[in-house]
Amino acid sequence: MDKPYFQDIDWPGMWAATTETLYMTAISVVATFILGLLLGLLLFLTGKDNLWENKPVNTIISAFVNIFRSIPFIILIVLLIPLTTILVGSMIGENAALPALIVGAAPFYARMVEIGLREIDKGVIEAAKSMGASTSTIIFKVLLPESMPALVSGITVTAIALVGYTAMAGVIGAGGLGNLAYLEGYQRSQNDVTLIATIIILIIVFIIQFLGDIITSKIDKR
Amino acid sequence: MISIKNVRKIYSSRQGNVHAVDNVNVEINEGEIFGVIGYSGAGKSTLIRMLNGLELPTEGSVTVAGRVVSKIRGGELRKARQEISMIFQHFNLLWSRTVRENISFPLEIAGVTRKERTKRVDELIKLVGLEGREDSYPSQLSGGQKQRVGIARALANNPKVLLCDEATSALDPQTTDSILELLVDINKRLGLTIVLITHEMHVIRKICHRVAVMENGRIVEMGSVLEVFKNPQQPITKRFVQQVTEPEETKETVEQLIEQYHSGEIVQLTFVGGSAEQPVITNLIRHFDVTVNILQGKISQTQSGSYGTLFIHLDGSKDEIAKAIEFIGTQQVGVEVIRNG
Repeated sequence: MDKPYFQDIDWPGMWAATTETLYMTAISVVATFILGLLLGLLLFLTGKDNLWENKPVNTIISAFVNIFRSIPFIILIVLLIPLTTILVGSMIGENAALPALIVGAAPFYARMVEIGLREIDKGVIEAAKSMGASTSTIIFKVLLPESMPALVSGITVTAIALVGYTAMAGVIGAGGLGNLAYLEGYQRSQNDVTLIATIIILIIVFIIQFLGDIITSKIDKR
Repeated sequence: MISIKNVRKIYSSRQGNVHAVDNVNVEINEGEIFGVIGYSGAGKSTLIRMLNGLELPTEGSVTVAGRVVSKIRGGELRKARQEISMIFQHFNLLWSRTVRENISFPLEIAGVTRKERTKRVDELIKLVGLEGREDSYPSQLSGGQKQRVGIARALANNPKVLLCDEATSALDPQTTDSILELLVDINKRLGLTIVLITHEMHVIRKICHRVAVMENGRIVEMGSVLEVFKNPQQPITKRFVQQVTEPEETKETVEQLIEQYHSGEIVQLTFVGGSAEQPVITNLIRHFDVTVNILQGKISQTQSGSYGTLFIHLDGSKDEIAKAIEFIGTQQVGVEVIRNG
């Protein structure tokens, strides 16, 4: 009670941890968006009664997505250590968290993409076909624009999940606010450090949700 | 323009094979408005989808505008589809695009330059009467306006054939009429061949030149609309014709009248084409000693003439009534005695 509030906080360190979290989140969101979109499109297109209907391919992708979606993230990080060492060359630092973040989040997002695409009225796809549209035209001019609100709200949810994942990755030495809260806050019993790190994470999450909502409502003309 | 030869479509399911379309043969002429009527599940939807290759026949061939649609694939089929447009019951517009962008879509597919697209879209908006709504999104339009966008979109690449898949079934009667008028106008102005499927005889009556009646995948009756109206052969055709010629309550009314009139006869007269304009009733009263009481009547216009029914009550001596009925028969008017008095 004697010591002033927040005296333990090393503000430059806190700022550095924040940028590390933002860096990990940003890179993994972009990569997840691209990878998840590809996987989601493949899942959708190879599905029943669809443009590239292909049961074996669909089953394989679906199994892959389900497996990686169900492995708890903290275990996934450990499982991916060999791969990460090959790709990044180290198990420490923000970059070391990226493979696990992307592999963990992309299948999750892929399912959301698939759901978003399934919500498109089949008649609209049929109409495009009846106009003589090729498959690539249908993908880029019908499927993606027509499912855009779902794609954006999906990536918003995924990005927020990724902020949480980065905090977990922090525990195993990836840096960022999670790492700071654990090492400086929890292990050294500096509760104010944990509190501030949590508040910053909350602010990041709120900003992501806010941006996602604005963009979704702006592009949704239904 | 369109030739459907010995076409069958068989869907196999666990319960066995379903003949969605069974041995159908149709020739549709250039510039014709051809209607296919049937209840849902009759196979008309499958049939119309074969005309642009959205469905492939199990057997037989479909030729549209010189291309064997049932054989071609890939790029050739996509090219053919630009000449065979389609409009839909639920319009199927892209909600993410404005009216202008929706109409522009088939032009983008056809590789038309931006400048040409703008010009063509302006023409089409004028053609379908959507001036002032160019930059609206589909969600801001009424059903009729959405179908107008659908029609403009379908006409964008100057097709030779327009397929209408229950195009008015989701619209109210007034909007249906305005869309049908637009279709007739387009047919006359552009010489476009139109094939439409519907379950409403009203649509057939209003705009079609010829009609085919489908039941269980087969065409059970086919002919000019007036001919089919005048002389329906199959029970299903009779039911469809009754949809437009007889008001719902006719049967009840007639039954009530039978109770009311204890003498004389109730007779149904059917007028087709020119005979609808003859003063049959006047002649009847002048030449025969009978009382004529008009009970109920209706005249419908079709593309090739008018068609009407009239219920009258004849009273007088048995002899005179018989002669009067015989006389009506000689006037090119269909006559049917509903009840002997």
